[in-house]
Amino acid sequence: MSDFTGNFWSVYVTVFTLVGILACLLLLWITARKKVTPSADNTTGHVWDEDLREMNNPMPRWWMWLFVLTIIFGLGYLVAYPGLGSYKGKLGWTTHGEYTDEVEKANKELAPLYAQFTAKPAEALAGDPAAMAVGERLFMNNCAQCHGSDARGSKGFPNLADGDWLHGGAPAKLVETITQGRQGNMPPMAAAVGTPDDVKNVAHYVLSLSGSPHDSLRSQLGKAKFTACAACHGMDGKGNQALGAPNLTDDIWLHGWGEQAIVNMVNSGKVNVMPGQAGKLTEAQIHVLSAYVWGLSNKPATLATARP
Amino acid sequence: MQESPVRKIIPIVPEEEVSLYEAQKKLYPRSVTGLFARWRWGFVFLTQLVFYGLPWLEWGQRQAVLFDLGARRFYLFGVVLYPQDFIYLTGLLVISALSLFLFTAVAGRLWCGFTCPQTVYTEIFLWIERKVEGDRSARMRLDAGPASARKLLKKGTKHFLWIALSLWTGFTFVGYFTPIQTLWAEAFTLSFGPWEWFWVNFYAIATYGNAGFMREQVCKYMCPYARFQSAMFDRDTLIVSYDAARGEPRGARSRKADLSTLALGACVDCTLCVQVCPTGIDIREGLQYECIGCAACVDVCDTVMDKMNYPRGLIRFSTQNAMAGQWSNSQLWRRVRRPRVLVYSAILLALCVGIMWSLLERTPLKVNVVRDRAALSRIVAGGKLENVYRLQIMNATEQPQRYRITASGLEGLALASEAEFDIGPAESRWVPVRLQIGYGSAAPGSHAIEFNVGDIAGESRVNEKSIFLVPR
Repeated sequence: MSDFTGNFWSVYVTVFTLVGILACLLLLWITARKKVTPSADNTTGHVWDEDLREMNNPMPRWWMWLFVLTIIFGLGYLVAYPGLGSYKGKLGWTTHGEYTDEVEKANKELAPLYAQFTAKPAEALAGDPAAMAVGERLFMNNCAQCHGSDARGSKGFPNLADGDWLHGGAPAKLVETITQGRQGNMPPMAAAVGTPDDVKNVAHYVLSLSGSPHDSLRSQLGKAKFTACAACHGMDGKGNQALGAPNLTDDIWLHGWGEQAIVNMVNSGKVNVMPGQAGKLTEAQIHVLSAYVWGLSNKPATLATARP
Repeated sequence: MQESPVRKIIPIVPEEEVSLYEAQKKLYPRSVTGLFARWRWGFVFLTQLVFYGLPWLEWGQRQAVLFDLGARRFYLFGVVLYPQDFIYLTGLLVISALSLFLFTAVAGRLWCGFTCPQTVYTEIFLWIERKVEGDRSARMRLDAGPASARKLLKKGTKHFLWIALSLWTGFTFVGYFTPIQTLWAEAFTLSFGPWEWFWVNFYAIATYGNAGFMREQVCKYMCPYARFQSAMFDRDTLIVSYDAARGEPRGARSRKADLSTLALGACVDCTLCVQVCPTGIDIREGLQYECIGCAACVDVCDTVMDKMNYPRGLIRFSTQNAMAGQWSNSQLWRRVRRPRVLVYSAILLALCVGIMWSLLERTPLKVNVVRDRAALSRIVAGGKLENVYRLQIMNATEQPQRYRITASGLEGLALASEAEFDIGPAESRWVPVRLQIGYGSAAPGSHAIEFNVGDIAGESRVNEKSIFLVPR
């Protein structure tokens, strides 16, 4: 056992456990053999504090047998289960093993349910209330930590319910995103854009793309410098889902809105990571999750009542 | 009892030595009839009618009393309780405890002698035993006699009946937690689940062992209530008492002899009071901790007194004060209205009324508010500031309900998500809720707000407090 650096504590625990049990047995044996002579008034003859006398109320014998049974059970337990120092027990039981067994059992029980779900395409599954109830729970346990319990994200964590997608919103793309994760990489572009003033101009041009309040003179000047950005975001600024480059024209600001936020982004860049869930969730679970997320911004195919 | 300190006396005759562990002496309580026996049987029927009958009652489409541990819903006739209603169980337990205090203060161990399951099942098992093997002396002869086909048949029949009743008891008990109709169908095909098997047999074995074999040993050695009830006695508590002043000196005599000419008390020393005692004590030695207050000795002594043409009540329910002062019955009953009893009664009454009122006035809707743990606050389109919450809405009615959510407490606070939700019967559901205010309309910091959830019909309504966070 890794808890013990040496053998000493293992032996120590074993010896004390066994000696303790044997001492209990010895005590039982001695008291069972002992005979007492009760006095006529049914006291044991012990007197304390002048007039306190102990009544002779013997313990029932079946109670003693319970003690013996307890000791037998204890010894049996110590043989079967880990209890004596680093001895692992005949059954080889561990908490980790029990956990693994339970997970395996639950997966086996859930397999037929998930088989029903995987048989349907995500677009249809989004209209299945039972599947969406499962999807909601999966989302709450695995996604809500970043994307929020209503899936609407917050600064730095994309909103999944607004129909705006960095890497594509088709179910197959969602499966890809959940399975492998994503890495959004905006490199620092200040040098490519030019002087700090140029950066400011570009920021106003970017603001103008979505019709946000901006300085039109600066925006005119910044348009020429935007070519440095166009490689990823496109000449029209509508982004590129293949690269995960955001659309700059839709007035959705994942990392903050306004001149300063854009200037900071151009100057420093940003690496934003969504971790892959491949080892953590099964393929079937990811399928259900993709349907759930897809359903947040789309109407299910065999349209029944869409859940929020 | 109090003598001067015992001086160590070396006995001249060697006394009998005993072990520290006492072998259980089997008791053969004799059957008894009379007023208190009728009361005891009355309580046997009452308690068992309730216990065996209740799970079979239907209420609408379901079992009237069902504790569904798996779904965590507890059905009590028209009421659906959630685990959050645990306070009612607490209330019930407090009422039970106070009732025990009250009954014990008034008349000793009434619970033990008349309604405790240990007593009740022992009574039923003894009845079976008597029907099969006969009364006390017949049973003692049968046990002392050699093994024979007749003995085997009698013992076999008795144990068969005991086990059948025990299994039925275990089955009924599990029927409070698993729908009993389903359980009954499963019983025919022996297709219980593993836990159903375990608990049916567990309670069956407990019944068989405790009522068939352990009997008074449970009361004497295992039951904590048996012991602490003696602490609730006072000198005005009605207890089963032997009137030593009238009874002693005891002795056998002819029925024709005139008591006034004999140098004897009223006790004819027939020992019937000892023979009927389910815990095997002699009540003439005074109150003992083993006495469960069943009053079997009172009944049997009264029949003997009747035969002797002596007045009844040599053994009777009386108090220590009444015994010492030779009080009349009216004097004794007047002491029942003592402060202790009145205080117990008042608290008990208040609690019962309070719990009943609270159950009747209960809102069949519960709401928990949990702020979203990912986003404290966020700015959304339209210059709004948004907070996200999850509301757990618990429908404690048995009809589907449509609930409407509103929020108040901040200027311009508006619900941005869906406002109405359908929740199925006795169902609980988490729903995400988004609240918005205009950006800059509230100072940075935490603001107290309140959610208001109610059904569309306006029958139940719940307010829950929460906070709205505005970033700096």
